[in-house]
Amino acid sequence: MERIELERVASQVRRDIVRMVAGVNSGHPGGSLGCADFLTFLYFDVMKHNPKNFTMDGIGEDLFFLSNGHISPVWYSVLARSGYFPVADLGTFRKLSSKLQGHPSTDKKLPGIRMASGSLGQGLSVAIGAAQVKKMNKDASFVYCLHGDGELQEGQIWEAAMYAAANNVDNIIATIDYNGRQIDGDVEDVLSLGNLHDKWQAFGWSVLEMDGHNFNDMNNVMQKAQSLCENGKPVVIIMKTEMGQGVDFMVGSHKWHGVAPNPEQLVNALSQLEETLGDY
Amino acid sequence: MKDFEIFGNKDTRSGFGEGLAELGRTNKDVVALCADLTGSLKMDAFLKENPERFFQMGIAEANMMSVAAGMTIGGKIPFTGTFANFSTGRVYDQIRQSIAYSQKNVKICASHAGLTLGEDGATHQILEDIGMMKMLPNMTVIVPADFNQTKQATLAIAKHVGPVYLRFGRPVMPIFVPADADFVIGKADVLIEGTDLTIIACGHLVWKSIEAAKILSEQGISVELINMHTIKPLDVQAILKSVQKTKCVVTAEEHMMNGGLGDSVAQVLAQNFLAPQEYVAVNDSFGESGTPMELMTKYGIDTQNVVDAALKAIGRK
Repeated sequence: MERIELERVASQVRRDIVRMVAGVNSGHPGGSLGCADFLTFLYFDVMKHNPKNFTMDGIGEDLFFLSNGHISPVWYSVLARSGYFPVADLGTFRKLSSKLQGHPSTDKKLPGIRMASGSLGQGLSVAIGAAQVKKMNKDASFVYCLHGDGELQEGQIWEAAMYAAANNVDNIIATIDYNGRQIDGDVEDVLSLGNLHDKWQAFGWSVLEMDGHNFNDMNNVMQKAQSLCENGKPVVIIMKTEMGQGVDFMVGSHKWHGVAPNPEQLVNALSQLEETLGDY
Repeated sequence: MKDFEIFGNKDTRSGFGEGLAELGRTNKDVVALCADLTGSLKMDAFLKENPERFFQMGIAEANMMSVAAGMTIGGKIPFTGTFANFSTGRVYDQIRQSIAYSQKNVKICASHAGLTLGEDGATHQILEDIGMMKMLPNMTVIVPADFNQTKQATLAIAKHVGPVYLRFGRPVMPIFVPADADFVIGKADVLIEGTDLTIIACGHLVWKSIEAAKILSEQGISVELINMHTIKPLDVQAILKSVQKTKCVVTAEEHMMNGGLGDSVAQVLAQNFLAPQEYVAVNDSFGESGTPMELMTKYGIDTQNVVDAALKAIGRK
């Protein structure tokens, strides 16, 4: 897809995000806005997938796992805009009996979701398990997963990292949303990750860096990531983003991690985001 | 009371190992994951015959549970193997989110459960695992009684679609379930029919209860003994049918009194048919080092404890 088209989709996704969280006065807009460009790019330009005929096993398709489940608004919007379910369903986010739970779940059978997430640190292991089965099934497609940077404080991430490298799980491309923020403040202050690039490298992964708000850069880096696959090493992309990207009063602060805009702030936010595909 | 034919003496974990090996030969979708306890879990035969379907996870149980959940996507049936302690408490959140809530077809196979792990002591002797697992929605909980039944249960859970917790142990115990017996998840086995008292037991306490029934029978007491190998879903009909006849019950398990089989039975009685119940279980205490049989005696889950509880329950009728 052309860059200009991706930008138009991402603008609508951002509108969906702020409208969804404002609609129920809860949810996580900051990280969602920060990953709007990446998930738009992944679902509209990178993955081989079949939105009209979702299957849990996803044989022959690329798979995606959202490990940092709290940014569900961006995932739900991208799934709906890709055609997994009607965009009107976005209006049910976090409401009673909705398939769009606060954090992603499978129990209400929302098409596009293969694993519950929310309790952090589990998604890398899940993605690795799915990737190993793809190899057993001689299925050449890729497994993608996304993680928060704060999430890397969970020990299980590093169990999984060690395991994937030791077992040559080289059909997985993990991406870290490196926005430097978490609930209590800057990641650097809460619990520093140290040299993240070197850590992943020391764990045996191929490490790439990427600008998560530049479609040309994402295109180049993702092609490089794919070319590194099937060479015996798992691949991780450290993706620089800004929490709250696209809304001037939200950008670059941890304060909008898990707070919804009030009606006045919503009007302000929407005035900054072009309606390109029609609001739900 | 009828005499039980004894088919030998073996550990229940070996029943799991034989069942898993058979699954390796008969079900190509079964994969096995182990956290550095292949020998202890008796998974060697599966590993030897199916190295491409065996995953050595190292000492990283949290990763193992979530990898297993991921492996169901694409159609595999993962069996995880480690001690019961590291199969439950250590990884409760992984099981809760990625297996139970996500309704993944993972079989959590847990050895060395309870006090009879023995000399390693309380750090490894989990007595809370049945409670933790039965509280999880979507989870099936199975505690087979002997070697043969553990093998049968291992085969049965591969056919059942959904998360399962299968609990077994280390000590060598008599085998009394026939090798060709049917194992039906959720359907209790009535081992002895009687009229004065119902004993409902699971795991190693089934054998202890057979011994107790013999002693009680010599005193003229007619015991009905139920092997409740499936804790969840619980065979409510079997409990009510028996207790409505005998009017009192003893529950016996190698588990904490809080949250185990006994509490599940008490819930059924409280809701349906009030009857005196006595518990044979560990009373709010950690274990310690010792031989398995010494520990069962010291912590009150031995044959004599079942006899004493039976007399007390009958006396409360």
